[in-house]
Amino acid sequence: MNALRQNAFTHVAVTALLAVIFLTLPAIMPARAAVTIQQVKSEHGITAWLVEDYSVPIISIKFAFRGGTTQDPVDKEGLVNLMTGLFDEGAGDIESEAFQNRLDDAGAEMSFDAGRDALYGSMRMLAEQKDEALELLRLAVEKPRFDQAPFDRIRSQVVAGIMANAHDPETTARLSWSKALYGDHPYSRQDEGTRESLARITPDDLKALHGKLFARDNLIIGVVGAIDAETLKKELDKLFGGLPEKSELTTVTDVEPKLGHEIDVTYDLSQTTLRFAYPGVSRDQPEYFAAYLMNHILGGGTFTSRLFQEVREKRGLAYGVASGLVNYDHSAVLAISTATRPDRAAETVQVIRDEVKRMAEQGVTAEELAAAKKYVIGAYAINNLNDSASIANTLVGLQLDKLGADYMERRVDLINTVTLDEVQAEARKLLSVAPTIMVLGQALDGGKG
Amino acid sequence: MTSIADAVRWTRHRCITAALLTFALAISSVASAADQPKDSDVDEFMLDNGMEVVIIPDHRAPVVTHMVWYKIGSADEPPGKSGIAHFFEHLMFKGTTNHKPGEFMAKVAEIGGQQNAFTSYDYTAFYETVSPDALETMMSFEADRMRNLILTDDVIKTERDVVLEERRARIETSPEALLSEEINATLYQNQPYRIPVIGWMHEMEQLNRADAVAFYDRYYAPNNAVLVVAGDVDAQTVKALAEKTYGKVARGPDLPPRIRPTEPEQNTKRTVTMRDARVSVPSFQKSWVVPSYHTAKDGEAEALDVLSEILGGGTMSRIYQELVVKTGIASSAGASYSGTYLDDTSFTIYGAPRGEAGIEQVETAIDAEIRKIVRDGVTESELEKAKNRFVRAMIFARDSQSGMANIYGAALTTGSTVKDLAEWPERIKAVTADQVKAVAAKYLNPDRSVAGYLLPPESAEN
Repeated sequence: MNALRQNAFTHVAVTALLAVIFLTLPAIMPARAAVTIQQVKSEHGITAWLVEDYSVPIISIKFAFRGGTTQDPVDKEGLVNLMTGLFDEGAGDIESEAFQNRLDDAGAEMSFDAGRDALYGSMRMLAEQKDEALELLRLAVEKPRFDQAPFDRIRSQVVAGIMANAHDPETTARLSWSKALYGDHPYSRQDEGTRESLARITPDDLKALHGKLFARDNLIIGVVGAIDAETLKKELDKLFGGLPEKSELTTVTDVEPKLGHEIDVTYDLSQTTLRFAYPGVSRDQPEYFAAYLMNHILGGGTFTSRLFQEVREKRGLAYGVASGLVNYDHSAVLAISTATRPDRAAETVQVIRDEVKRMAEQGVTAEELAAAKKYVIGAYAINNLNDSASIANTLVGLQLDKLGADYMERRVDLINTVTLDEVQAEARKLLSVAPTIMVLGQALDGGKG
Repeated sequence: MTSIADAVRWTRHRCITAALLTFALAISSVASAADQPKDSDVDEFMLDNGMEVVIIPDHRAPVVTHMVWYKIGSADEPPGKSGIAHFFEHLMFKGTTNHKPGEFMAKVAEIGGQQNAFTSYDYTAFYETVSPDALETMMSFEADRMRNLILTDDVIKTERDVVLEERRARIETSPEALLSEEINATLYQNQPYRIPVIGWMHEMEQLNRADAVAFYDRYYAPNNAVLVVAGDVDAQTVKALAEKTYGKVARGPDLPPRIRPTEPEQNTKRTVTMRDARVSVPSFQKSWVVPSYHTAKDGEAEALDVLSEILGGGTMSRIYQELVVKTGIASSAGASYSGTYLDDTSFTIYGAPRGEAGIEQVETAIDAEIRKIVRDGVTESELEKAKNRFVRAMIFARDSQSGMANIYGAALTTGSTVKDLAEWPERIKAVTADQVKAVAAKYLNPDRSVAGYLLPPESAEN
């Protein structure tokens, strides 16, 4: 299922629809942490979590500024995403080409990424060239130039991407899905913006938003690799010390996803994509792990889940089927997704509905719960410690979710103390609600569409 | 369970368009070539039954990546049975005479492990990522399914439906993927890489139990497999466990050398065009058949790697700088070469126009960049920077345990050795500017190329 190497373009397409399920699973810490987290605080009060490791001579840094694409001004959607394309296009006194040359010479990989609730940045560098690499990162973060020429070029690349997807059914479906669930909330907007909104954006808009978003009070940092705490403290002050103390973020309200809708995105396709949205559970609720374990048993990404068994193993209806808790800062859903042949799409919907109903009415067995707990506890190290970048990601994710550096010790207990009754209660609460269902492809009866 | 490695190489390039705002991809194509740990502590040995074993120590986390690679891929399939290698990969997850269906998967899930498998032209691989204390159990299950699978008609039929859905999901619903299949079938006129890894739909529909059993008996044996173990383990322990598990599996029939049909001389320029209503912005690629690391002589594969990096390997490359940054006629453009294949592979350039520019303009401009290298070669500074990027990518690659296991597995099943991987950095460093110019001149001839065009419907164009 989870393809190790699938062809890249299909991957992009699949990601568009499944991202919501697979990419936003919460960061989970291991039973026995293989890593030791040091909490570092610089002289100027900048904090970071550090995992020191010298086995490979590299350093990975990941950081987040709270406030992602939801901070796009109305009518200027796509601003934050566009900004993430311009940090290596000149900073300080160095113009675009010279900056990229220096970055290349420094042997550093720098990237920025726009999430809905945060803007992320990262750099992976060779330890022996860290001084030059971090100086370039400092300039990029603190003094991006947003010059007109690179601005025009990157904007036109984003526009080209939007135009290229203008007739893509999956892009259309993704937008319909967001609109249906989130209505007028910023979560329903197109993260990359539209042709019209991008046309309205100027470099001054980027500078203004950068000034509001890049501050020390909404900054979260994770560092992994060949660097010690004392050295890191000094680097932190250099890197982020020049940023303003306080951010100026636009308030984002919580939103209840709108459920109980049916969305048909009708195209003549040889496969029908199905998506279901049920209520979710926010990350800070005490019943979160009961819901998490319930979802794991229902369709949580392993070959043993009920949906995988019923839809794929027993009936061969689909290649992939999964469910997941999708958590943003201001909204949560439980989503189910699969794709099947048009003439069996109605049957697939029924199989999924039956499984959801069975879960809602009967909950899970003691054996299933015990196995799920073992998996969820044990999977941590494998899912989160494959390389320094993923460890750094985890360090940032834990801080964003305000889980505390002791979370990894607490987590095992949080999972082990979940009872059958609690899982049953979550199943009933979440899965008795009429879902929003989207059908992308031929209409379900096959005849009319 | 599964995936198709490089089934559609065309699409990989398009991916850069999609990910245009990230850096990572520029280097990832480089890293895949081959790398190895600095303190070469990689161990290798062979079991008595002919199974090769490679151990890559990595003690950073209590995790081990356990992989079994079979030297069998879609390019080894019998005529008319396309997709059987990948289909069989799926069937390996069914029950055996010792373990009920689902037992292996339940075991892996129970300990919080991950498992999956993938198939490419030259290999099929199965892996589990688990804590080291579960390694013996994984080996025992994996050794068991090497020989003891139970294949009933029922199992075959249901799983065939699954791979048909997989084909629909990956290929049938994507104009890019459909075009890519036909470009490959045009580029390779005789080599089996012309057939998609997942198989042609009409042949996949006919795959049956007899095909599966014959395939299993022929190819699934220890003397056709490579065990790769990376992680928090030591060589002695792995050796003892491997002998205890895989060592008990009887050697299979000796297989003939993997000698496949090769390409005839190409004398034409070929064009494959697809129009589709889902396409809004046109794009193109142009490919040539070139040597792989296994088929190349005189360092040509290394030179092609360096050429691809300088010509179109990322945002610092000639094509990107000229077309995307300076003249601004393209929204994406670049080049790629992937040398980890048993037979000759392909070198590809690609691009998509932006603004008022047309696709012809983009193609002309890329052709001009190739001509410049053929005529004037590359500068010492470009060469140096490109090599540095390869060296850096090798260091970064060591950061990923599963990535390292994949590099070794892919190399050893495509005709390379552990020694080749160890020497690779030096061989890259030894590439000269003249060699880069020479491979460009020898292989990138526009009159003997295969171009693919993905276009909007005719009516939508003006």
